[in-house]
Amino acid sequence: MGEAVAILTVQILNSLLYCSVLFLIAAGLSLIFGVMRIVNLAHGSLYAVGAYVTAWLVGRGIALGVPLGWLFLLVPVGALSVALIGIVIEPLLLRPFYRRAEEYQLLVTFGLFQILEDLMRLIWGGTPLSADTLMDALPIIRIGGLLYPAYNLVVIGTGAVAAVALWAVIYHTKFGVLLRATSQDRRMASALGLNVGLVYVLAFAIGCFMAGLGGAIVVPTQAAVLGMGVDALVIAFVVVVIGGLGSLKGALVGAVIVSIVRTAGIQFFPELELAALYLIAALVLLVRPTGLFGTA
Amino acid sequence: MKADIVSLRDRSLLRPAAVLAAILFVLILLPSFVETYQIQLVTYGLIAAIAALGFNLLLGYTGLLSFGHSAYFGIGAYAVALVVQHLGPHSMEFYLLVGIPVVAVMSALLGYICVRHTRIFFGILTLALSQVVYSLALKLYWVTGGSDGLRVPRPTLVLGLLSFSGGHGFQQFITSYYYYVLAIFVVAIIFMWVIVHSPFGKALQAIRDNEIRARFLGLRIRRFRWISFLISGTFTGLAGILWVPLNGLTTPDVLYWTFSGEIVFTTLLGGFRNFTGPIVGGIAFTYLRTYAVATTEYWQLLLGAVLVALVLLLPTGIVGALSKAGQRLSERNR
Repeated sequence: MGEAVAILTVQILNSLLYCSVLFLIAAGLSLIFGVMRIVNLAHGSLYAVGAYVTAWLVGRGIALGVPLGWLFLLVPVGALSVALIGIVIEPLLLRPFYRRAEEYQLLVTFGLFQILEDLMRLIWGGTPLSADTLMDALPIIRIGGLLYPAYNLVVIGTGAVAAVALWAVIYHTKFGVLLRATSQDRRMASALGLNVGLVYVLAFAIGCFMAGLGGAIVVPTQAAVLGMGVDALVIAFVVVVIGGLGSLKGALVGAVIVSIVRTAGIQFFPELELAALYLIAALVLLVRPTGLFGTA
Repeated sequence: MKADIVSLRDRSLLRPAAVLAAILFVLILLPSFVETYQIQLVTYGLIAAIAALGFNLLLGYTGLLSFGHSAYFGIGAYAVALVVQHLGPHSMEFYLLVGIPVVAVMSALLGYICVRHTRIFFGILTLALSQVVYSLALKLYWVTGGSDGLRVPRPTLVLGLLSFSGGHGFQQFITSYYYYVLAIFVVAIIFMWVIVHSPFGKALQAIRDNEIRARFLGLRIRRFRWISFLISGTFTGLAGILWVPLNGLTTPDVLYWTFSGEIVFTTLLGGFRNFTGPIVGGIAFTYLRTYAVATTEYWQLLLGAVLVALVLLLPTGIVGALSKAGQRLSERNR
């Protein structure tokens, strides 16, 4: 394999890695909007919570001498803990706002965002929390002379599996039917005897789980740092805006587009890379406010 | 009948005018009672009030929730900083002279794009565009200083008649600048009051309450929203222009989306369903934030909790709650 091919392969893998994480965050955001019509400004923070909890658990696990292989189980545990937070938040904070104006919904999630950001600082402090033991546990593979950590492939795989699983749940299970029915007409679903409240809790929990999984799976490759959720949220916004709010396919395509633009941007026009992303989002909003695949 | 309406209007104008005159009187005398730090805080509060006042023309009167008003605040601040860097004269009037048109043009430009949508899409569009401005300010560091930002020295006030240097320069500047901002604040309030009570302002409220009916009346909805956006952005930009000499520094933080959230918070704290709400909110938020930062390291947590409690329990804000309480009291007396 030539050097150029190897570099290109690594770049593609890098953008797939980024794409997986973005998809996990954006799919959750999109699902929550699609079902509950709430734009969750705290979604990035939930992603960060997933990262922090996982890194913390891994640190505890190492201290207690848990065998290396078992530590990998802490990744889904981290994601599940975020889902639990979601189960608490939805009935407590969001439910009173479904019948109220959008301003209030946005503001309550903004307040939640502020609370979560500082809670993370309160609990885990300002120093980055690392979980790179997981990354080091897996070998480093060679791609045409370049070194590449195998863990990154795990992240990419997780993203792919999550995409398929979410698609299967939404389009091929009874719960998916209930979810889509509620999303299309909440009152009619309720009139037909559907427990809308339960569907909402579960939808929000799944959305939180996806965000938490994104954080949990990515934390071994970087570290949990303060402010990671703030940045993640706006990029996830770009993804769902491009793909279409409330669309699963849109979140996938949006994540692919954003990660390609970002990888290329860092390579070729680093100063304008972020601005370009937001501009694309603004352009898509202008031309097709529902995004490429949205129906809202 | 006609006389009735006139007298009614006179009466409705008289009481708020009397209250306002009293408040203004207190504000004018304030520097003789309190220390410099408090004057500085009130100045920040007045500036936040101007920003929220502008923001509320869009939210409260036009029914559009912008989540990107940090852009106009930041553009105002950066316009001043760039004037200082490249054009020289450290005169506040010059800052305003250059800054206001820049902010107005940018608001017109970005607003023209944003008013193509309403509701949540409008909010996201304003957010996306403000993030474009933010990332440009962050990344084009040779122009904007990147994350270090740009410094702005103390300007001279009133055509260079007042300049501040030397040992007591800071205190003198704070007091003079307080009066300067207060004067602009009063003008801004009057200007906004006239706008929202003009036929144009009434048309905005009609569009907010029932878009279809307003369209049947022949109102050009998009143009009204655009002009409202333009005025709103310019007001918030004016606040940015006034803020930067006081702060002495502008960084990309004032362009970030979280700052837009703070502007929304400020307005809601005061109450967005009435004229005075954002003014009260601007001052209340400045104090709330300052004391939260002073008392706890986790001030953001405190602010977030206040915000959640606010939207849950006090959705009409401070002014809304007060006026409701006042109404109940007067009913009981009757």
